[in-house]
Amino acid sequence: MATFLQLLFTGLGIGAIYALVALGFVLLIRAASVVNFGQGQFSMVGAYLLVVFFNVLEVPYLLSMLISVVLMAGFGVLFAGATYWPLRHRGGLPVIISTIGASIFLENIVLVLYGPSPEVLPGLFDSPGIQVGPVFMDSQYLSILVCATLLVILQYLIFEKTLLGKKLQATSQDKEMASLLGIPVALMILFTFGYSAALGGLAGMLVAPVLFVSVGMGGLIALKAFAANIIGGYGSIPGAILGGLALGVAETMGASYISVPYKDAFAFAMLLMFLMVRPQGLFGEKISEKA
Amino acid sequence: MSSVNLASARIWRGTPQALLACVVAIGLAWIAPGEGYYLNILMQAATYAIAVSGLVVVLGYCGQISIAQAAFFGIGAYGVAIGTVDFGMGFFPAMALGVGASAILGVILGFGSLRLGGHYLAMVTISFQQIMTLFATNWIGFTHGPDGIRDIPRPSLLGISFANGHAFLALCFVCLVLATLAIWRLKTGRLGRAMQAVRDNELAAGTCGINVFAIKVTAFGISAVMGGIGGALFAGGFQYISPDQFSFGESIVLLTMALLGGVQSPFGSLVGTMVLVILPEWLRFLKQIYLAVYGAAVILIMVFLPDGLWGLMLARVIKRSKPIEGTVAPLPLLSERGKETAEIVLKIEGLAKHFGGVKALDGIDLNVRRGSVHALIGPNGSGKSTFVNVVTGLYKPTFGKVTFAGQDITHAAPHMRNRAGLARTFQNIRVFRGMSVLENVMVGAERPGNDIAENPADVVDRALAALEFVGLRGDAHRQVAALSYGHQRYVEIARALAASPQTVLLDEPAAGLNLTEKHELGELLRRLKGHGMTILIIDHDMNLVEQVADHITVLNFGRRIADGRPADVLANPDVIAAYLGEPRHEAA
Repeated sequence: MATFLQLLFTGLGIGAIYALVALGFVLLIRAASVVNFGQGQFSMVGAYLLVVFFNVLEVPYLLSMLISVVLMAGFGVLFAGATYWPLRHRGGLPVIISTIGASIFLENIVLVLYGPSPEVLPGLFDSPGIQVGPVFMDSQYLSILVCATLLVILQYLIFEKTLLGKKLQATSQDKEMASLLGIPVALMILFTFGYSAALGGLAGMLVAPVLFVSVGMGGLIALKAFAANIIGGYGSIPGAILGGLALGVAETMGASYISVPYKDAFAFAMLLMFLMVRPQGLFGEKISEKA
Repeated sequence: MSSVNLASARIWRGTPQALLACVVAIGLAWIAPGEGYYLNILMQAATYAIAVSGLVVVLGYCGQISIAQAAFFGIGAYGVAIGTVDFGMGFFPAMALGVGASAILGVILGFGSLRLGGHYLAMVTISFQQIMTLFATNWIGFTHGPDGIRDIPRPSLLGISFANGHAFLALCFVCLVLATLAIWRLKTGRLGRAMQAVRDNELAAGTCGINVFAIKVTAFGISAVMGGIGGALFAGGFQYISPDQFSFGESIVLLTMALLGGVQSPFGSLVGTMVLVILPEWLRFLKQIYLAVYGAAVILIMVFLPDGLWGLMLARVIKRSKPIEGTVAPLPLLSERGKETAEIVLKIEGLAKHFGGVKALDGIDLNVRRGSVHALIGPNGSGKSTFVNVVTGLYKPTFGKVTFAGQDITHAAPHMRNRAGLARTFQNIRVFRGMSVLENVMVGAERPGNDIAENPADVVDRALAALEFVGLRGDAHRQVAALSYGHQRYVEIARALAASPQTVLLDEPAAGLNLTEKHELGELLRRLKGHGMTILIIDHDMNLVEQVADHITVLNFGRRIADGRPADVLANPDVIAAYLGEPRHEAA
């Protein structure tokens, strides 16, 4: 039981990372109908920015994070300009492929700059963690969970309680109608790219002390976040969060109880299962094309 | 030029060129270096190109994204490696095993496309790719794990040994030529046309009698076979394989090759593969930055070369296609004389469709008599389009029963309804935009169950006849996207007529047409009338309906409010109220 609870805690921690990246995915899907295969590289770039500011320039940790998040938002807009904007009228597939191209580009540019050996980042807190009953709560996992919860609440407030959020929602529901109402749709989409990149970047910074900061760290996270998206329900915000958490837990348990080398396979097996049995996911609606 | 000769020429189409290409390829293999670096480059290019040609089928023709081609390549390669090295099998039996396994997994992956499109499918294929890589790396007892498998033997066949580099390269080249020929020919055949129809418009493809799901699964299967063949030859060529050669990254490389060259033609994929195999040589000075440039190139290709290098070359070199000459027999349905009969061909009982709490259709009864022109009218939002979509199988009814020609089709898939003889057009035009006008109509003529569907020459004739009927014969060779809106609508009508359906449903055919075009449409419908074909026309253009209809049914708020002969229905006060609002007494 103690092991189970411990695994549950760890699983939720890593699941929160998937959930954050998955949120970034969902927002782009909703705002621009874009499936961004470069989402994981946002996390990677974010983590490297933190390395630059904290390890190299020795800026205080929280300030480094703040600067990195702001830079990531700008980076997201640039990313949109390169991969989405020129192709926005050509349907989904070209954009998918150009974001794949961007992810290869980003990984290899960082590889050239930083080399293949991983960088190490310390955690947010010096204390290793706290013992709660049978569970040892690692401080970084705890930070991840707290940050993720705060972000979800913040996002909820932005989307549901502000005019900006309403405009964003309008954009995601019906671009034509939104633009007729005077909502600057293009700006909303760029904003979403920026926000999504900042979110992905932050996820990368939070997970960096747990994993290592490496060029390839983003790819797998993104694949699992996308899987989380489908498991939770494509385009559903609560789905992305719950899907991410579920995936993190399933994977951690699977690795512990079944097989370590196949740890990464559990996510995909779970995804395939969902796709075959319940493709609309936990919270998704059945989507049918209008004739 | 008679179309029968045209057809017999088609059977051998490309064969002489392919034979010539084989001879040239074998010659090239003989003068190429028999070992070392350059042999490897050529071997890699040839085997990759075979795998990439599979992507032309699944992505180019059928429009389904697959980011797992390296996995299929790997399955073929491991088939040969494990079969020959561990089980002492011959090269070709082992290859057959590998390609077979690849095909089976390809079909299973294709099943994922049942309810999933675009990005879902991308994700499924990526998952599949990752799981395959994990197996290759971790299932050491079977795959030898990360160390890979070495000393894979090369085959001999009919006393010819392919052990030396020249001979094996020649084998790869010949396979490549055959693969290119097969996939090039696939495009203009019935299966290829069906794939392109699915790519351009799934809904319309289904209502043209195409089993969309089966076509997608087939495309995945063919693609996996090509991947497997390429991989098997790769294993023989390099005689050593390891899991990292078949990773996700390699799948991206294969995808990029297809896109760079042009995914609409196997020649494109060939060009793309050659460029990207040789490119590293040119980009050597870039050293580490090479892959970054590669990634950037992918974006640039997508932005600036939507049709790939081959598409660019075609646009520059190939002249416009010419109109198709020759006479064809008129549409056979026009030779029949048939008046309306008492037989009910389409019977709708208590049909209801609810969207959540909205009752778009609320218990509709309708009898359509064979040979009649039956109009279904009603104001906006009365449920007309929902009705057509339920009757043609695009929506599932909440209650009710649809009987067509004596068959209960309430729960039949759209393509099965079409096969039974029910054709339709769409309010918001759904032509196959990537295809020519003729090809669009040929898809209609190829409806399974149509009398001429099995004979390619007759299909062309029938399609041309249908185009002649709607007055677009002279545009047959043009790309359908280049036609005006009104003419695209005629293409849809021709597509439906070429299928020789018993009943055709025209969903708001006058929508978006200008006055002249509406007049032409009325003319066309009058010419269609009285030949035994049943027409169910949905519209709210009273003028048009009055001109052609034998019966009118009026819907409002999902209910039938009137039904009968045009004069009676149009005089019905409820109908007038529904259309014009309540009468205003002060009006003169």
